[in-house]
Amino acid sequence: MTTPNSYTTGPDERGHFGNFGGRFVAETLMPLILEVEEAYDAAKNDPSYQADIDYYAKHYTGRPSPLYFAERLTQEFGGAKVYFKRDELNHTGSHKINNCLGQVLLAKRMGKTRIIAETGAGQHGVAAATVCALFNLPCIVYMGATDIARQAPNVFRMKLLGAEVVPVTSGTGTLKDAMNDALRDWVANVESTFYIIGTAAGPHPYPAMVRDFQSVIGREVREQMMEAEGRLPDSLVACIGGGSNALGLFHPFLNDQDVQITGVEAAGHGIPTGEHAASLTGGRPGVLHGNRTYLLQTDDGQIKDAHSISAGLDYPGIGPEHSWLNDIGRVKYVSATDKEALECFQLCSRLEGIIPALEPSHALAHVRKVAPDLPRDHLLVMNMCGRGDKDVFTVAEALGVEI
Amino acid sequence: MSESRLERRFAALKAEGRGGLVTFTTAGDPDYDTAYKILQRLPEAGADVIELGMPFSDPMADGPSIQAAGLRALDAGMTLRKTLEMVRSFRAEDDVTPIVLMGYYNPIYSYGVDAFVKDALDAGVDGLIIVDLPPEEDDELCEPAVAAGLHFIRLATPTTDDARLPKVLTNTSGFIYYVSIMGITGTKAASGDAVRAAVTRLKGHTDLPVAVGFGIRTPEQAAEVAAVADAAVVGTAIVEQVKAGLGPDGLAGAGLVDGVIDYVASLAQGVRAARQG
Repeated sequence: MTTPNSYTTGPDERGHFGNFGGRFVAETLMPLILEVEEAYDAAKNDPSYQADIDYYAKHYTGRPSPLYFAERLTQEFGGAKVYFKRDELNHTGSHKINNCLGQVLLAKRMGKTRIIAETGAGQHGVAAATVCALFNLPCIVYMGATDIARQAPNVFRMKLLGAEVVPVTSGTGTLKDAMNDALRDWVANVESTFYIIGTAAGPHPYPAMVRDFQSVIGREVREQMMEAEGRLPDSLVACIGGGSNALGLFHPFLNDQDVQITGVEAAGHGIPTGEHAASLTGGRPGVLHGNRTYLLQTDDGQIKDAHSISAGLDYPGIGPEHSWLNDIGRVKYVSATDKEALECFQLCSRLEGIIPALEPSHALAHVRKVAPDLPRDHLLVMNMCGRGDKDVFTVAEALGVEI
Repeated sequence: MSESRLERRFAALKAEGRGGLVTFTTAGDPDYDTAYKILQRLPEAGADVIELGMPFSDPMADGPSIQAAGLRALDAGMTLRKTLEMVRSFRAEDDVTPIVLMGYYNPIYSYGVDAFVKDALDAGVDGLIIVDLPPEEDDELCEPAVAAGLHFIRLATPTTDDARLPKVLTNTSGFIYYVSIMGITGTKAASGDAVRAAVTRLKGHTDLPVAVGFGIRTPEQAAEVAAVADAAVVGTAIVEQVKAGLGPDGLAGAGLVDGVIDYVASLAQGVRAARQG
């Protein structure tokens, strides 16, 4: 494959990143997908839309989030200088709010009166419910029954925020099934409803749109690192489920060839066991949820269930732009197991006083692997994309502790 | 090239002055042998065109009944390769009833588009309905399938407006499938007036036969649709007959095939009673 001159020009007009992406949806949705694309293109060029996003990002979300030098972990690892991008400090506790604000403002512009969303860990559901409360829109969140059981605090948060949480029992009752049911709702309610997809996946224009909303993360890191160290970072690390936090951090650096970029998938019980959520490491290209991307699937093209201790990474696919970045070799994709993530969840809590979500605990597991062998002047930025309050019950159970 | 089975069948229906019955069942539901027995007997029960569902783990446009049918088939070991085998066996006994495969793209993409098109033709498949391949993705499967001689049947919906219809009709052949409601399969039915208006609108854009489906459950509803459209499509209600024939162990009960076939026969009688004016 040839190396492109720029890594940031995609997608093309059909929503393709190389061979990935596209618009694989039922005819009922197609006119609406085109309408969303048109509305987003118009909004992007409207300064008042960007001003609205900036206003709420600053005054409601609390942006910019700090770039924090994790001194004790740096000492512990004894190598690279480790920085955290603190998106867990955002209102609602994760990066998800960045995307939800952008999309809800678009829905308002389009005159939509009803919001639906899917959620895995519940972080996106909480963020969607939050912006719907703020903008006075009814919000219906589809959530797998399995995830509802393991993310009870977030379910209650969504209800407090006024959202209706619909348990999804089809399939295995996790994120992919929630997305199926959200799409089914959308097909039946296209006229009134805007679907706030939570990650940089789905039919075009969602992967590009979600990436754009999350790219504020990387843009801030560029400025903050210049301020702190007078130069760009040497490497970036982020966890990947659908991959929106990672793309948000990576995208503004893709054309900086000297910046090494690594995405960390969830290896669950380990890739060889087959019980994992690592689409790039353990899957192959296929078509699901409106886009072509790497998927966990059987020889017959049936989608397999993912496994991860982290509900937010428990998805058998990945955003199409990641599939492309993988194939052209610009980003390196690795994986971390449940066990490694659990260890780093505890390590970070004890050494930094930051309880990370299980999702970025996977990223930290990779940092723990590579940082010791890197020089002390190596600047490494890890996206701390969510806080771990929601995970304390899961972690307690995994550690055999009764709360 | 001579007319296809689908073209001959719709021409014959027109000559008879009646609308047709298009039946949907899922290949391999609840198991291969039972599904094949149903398939073999559909023509005698009065199915004019057979839609055979290719099971998929994540059928995003289907309601609970067809989702469950697909999972029953997959649990019993159904694959796309076996679906094609089933068509090949049927074709050895029946060379006139058109078979259209309906499903989602990923199993075909996984199989390999060129290999699938070739094997489907060899097996005796007449057409394809692929729910998640809109005209915007025609170069994926539609163009190679049409070039090889398969019909590519497109869905038109209430959201497909007059500006978009020509795009949907391009590369569509055999018939056009009008989805009469906004929603997933098996949830609600459109009114007779709405169907009539929609068929009139479609006929203004194409000479292709128009089949209407989604939400048809009774012989009376089938008759009402067949009176104004070229065919009525029934899926969910037939698939629910399969479920009704399962034993407590979830396996096919003794009367399952008869139950499904009797139900299809009642639909066919309804359709045949509704002669078009």
